[in-house]
Amino acid sequence: MRIALFVTCLADTLFPDVGKATVRLLERLGHDVTFAQAQTCCGQMHMNTGYLHQALPLVRRYVEVFEDCEVIVVPSGSCAGSVRHQHAMVARRYGDEALARRAEAVAARTYELSQLLTDVLGMEDVGAYYPHRVTYHPTCHSLRLLGVGDRPLRLLRRVAGLDLAVLGDAETCCGFGGTFAVKNPDVSTAMLADKMQNVLATGAEVCTAGDSSCLMHIGGGLSRLRAGPRAVHLAEILASTADDRGDLFVGDQP
Amino acid sequence: MSTYLGMPTAPPGVGHLRGTQPFEIAARRALGNSQLRRNLAKATSTIRARRAAVVGELPDWEALREAGRAIKAESMAHLDRYLEQLEEQVTARGGTVHWARDAIEANRLVTGLVAGTGAREVVKSKSITTDEIGLNEALAAAGITAHETDLAELIVQLGHDRPSHILVPAIHRNRAEIRDIFLREMPGADPGLTDDPADLTAAARAHLRQRFLAARVGISGANFAVAESGTLGVVESEGNGRMCLTLPETLITVMGIEKVIPRWQDLEVFLQLLPRSSTGERMNPYTTLWTGVTPGDGPQRFHLVLLDNGRTAALADQVGRQALHCIRCSACLNVCPVYERTGGHAYGSVYPGPIGAVLSPQLTGVEENASLPYASSLCGACYQACPVKIDIPSLLVHLRARHVEERARRPVPSPEAVTMAAASWVMASPARYAAAQRAGRAGRVLGRGGRIRRLPPPLSAWTSARDAPVPPPETFRDWWRRERGTAP
Repeated sequence: MRIALFVTCLADTLFPDVGKATVRLLERLGHDVTFAQAQTCCGQMHMNTGYLHQALPLVRRYVEVFEDCEVIVVPSGSCAGSVRHQHAMVARRYGDEALARRAEAVAARTYELSQLLTDVLGMEDVGAYYPHRVTYHPTCHSLRLLGVGDRPLRLLRRVAGLDLAVLGDAETCCGFGGTFAVKNPDVSTAMLADKMQNVLATGAEVCTAGDSSCLMHIGGGLSRLRAGPRAVHLAEILASTADDRGDLFVGDQP
Repeated sequence: MSTYLGMPTAPPGVGHLRGTQPFEIAARRALGNSQLRRNLAKATSTIRARRAAVVGELPDWEALREAGRAIKAESMAHLDRYLEQLEEQVTARGGTVHWARDAIEANRLVTGLVAGTGAREVVKSKSITTDEIGLNEALAAAGITAHETDLAELIVQLGHDRPSHILVPAIHRNRAEIRDIFLREMPGADPGLTDDPADLTAAARAHLRQRFLAARVGISGANFAVAESGTLGVVESEGNGRMCLTLPETLITVMGIEKVIPRWQDLEVFLQLLPRSSTGERMNPYTTLWTGVTPGDGPQRFHLVLLDNGRTAALADQVGRQALHCIRCSACLNVCPVYERTGGHAYGSVYPGPIGAVLSPQLTGVEENASLPYASSLCGACYQACPVKIDIPSLLVHLRARHVEERARRPVPSPEAVTMAAASWVMASPARYAAAQRAGRAGRVLGRGGRIRRLPPPLSAWTSARDAPVPPPETFRDWWRRERGTAP
């Protein structure tokens, strides 16, 4: 299948290994991955901070870049959620019904990585090998906006060598929330402290999730405390194979 | 785009819809109170578990939620008609209906009605609406003492405190604190009073009993008002409401106009949704329904005060009006990770938590509660828990947009608005975006050991508690171009 990658501005700029892992994984599974250099950002940060008007050109750009693609994959639950649940709303708010319809059509073909793998490609065992103790944090937008349910867990359970640890209070927000983390830094940190406590209680070496943004928050907190566990994106785990001897994709090392 | 018609909002200087500090400042103080955080974590986790259990046992819960949502949407769409029908029915059955534009009018009306009876004391059943308008203060100014009879409201009143939760106004207090308040403030409290819940309730019961029996005027709120029959309804757990609603000669009910529902049959839906969502019970212990005045039984004079106080302004916002669907169950507070850590006082309004963050700014005007729509990580737990499916995260985003749009009318844009406009301009063009990425790579000099430990403001708010990643030497798009060329 020909799959267009929307890498997201965050992964593109700060976590390119997440994009590379997505490409590597899908190509290993026999698919053809394309990357349009014209892509930028889904506009979620603008929307969720209230700058809906400034998000409008970004919605238009996303639609124009991706509307000819059969299937689009996003290694982010919140960016996929924004495309699915916010793009058409923004277009309608500013009276562009034609753009809203086009946005809905593209959104229907836009999938978060675990959705693409399980629902579109019908896979759970992607042939990955990752010999580490891992705990999974279901990010809020993956869970409640997109409804990915246990898809990431089903994928992780089939990873050879992986020791999956159940995260306590897993469905509670980590406290990232986009600009919430800087507008309400104290509350955000209080939420992060509880999330880190739960991560540490699992004894996992790695905390994974489907969003680089939440992982940047959780990983940034764990790193500040020199707590041990690292934040690694789901794509990087699923891309790892026995040939890597389990150490190629163990987190974004700049 | 919705049309904002500019209806009057709740007036300042009266009632409790506005805090004295922005949320993020008040929250910082609350987060430092370790007793508060322990009390809240314990109380909210208990009530969350109870709610989850009783909601889980209903196979048609989702259908009930949808029915609740639909009834409320219908009520709001024809609010004018249903309110007039309610007035007609209440009047025909011997009650008197008063219309109050805002808190000032409502307080003047109620104070006048009480003064007209000659009573100097009233008993009150739990009512957030009367907290909203600051009725107790207005009565006190007229020399009338209001006795709160709900246990938690009594604790708040005796403690000279403010409610911090819709359902459990004293959720921020633990039993040791409650015992201290009773010993200090309750006339004739037994000095040997323990902090055993049974002891504390017995003390409150003894204290309240005299008030119920002496009261000539009762004041209540309402959970529902049925338009077709003129029936008012209050659901409660303690029985204090039942006494306030039945023992006094005069009953005055203050009700927000959004509480009207079209039909008697609609109660079937809400009486299932509300107790399970609020107290986590299958059924609440007391449901009191009354219709006008019944000769020889219960209050012989009944006044219904219909309060606007910014509700019509909320109704005028086609997106925002969903907040008026709220049935005050407080399920959204109990599941909110922000509320659980800050408590209700940080929100500055009698309506705290997620629903308060979308309701209070609409009642007062967004600019007077501008920090509240940002008091959320948009995690969506509130939407999932709401028994009438209010899409609170989308409402928060909508109100943030209203705030940004109102700020944009000022001559000088905020630094944030400048940054956002610049970011939009950059990201609307791949060339500008790639150039910005290259510029951002200069941030690599800040890195030590693969992490950035300190960034300049405003990003210092990030590095106050978390490391930031060092920009990698090569972006994804540069890697792709190097590896795969520029073909799409």
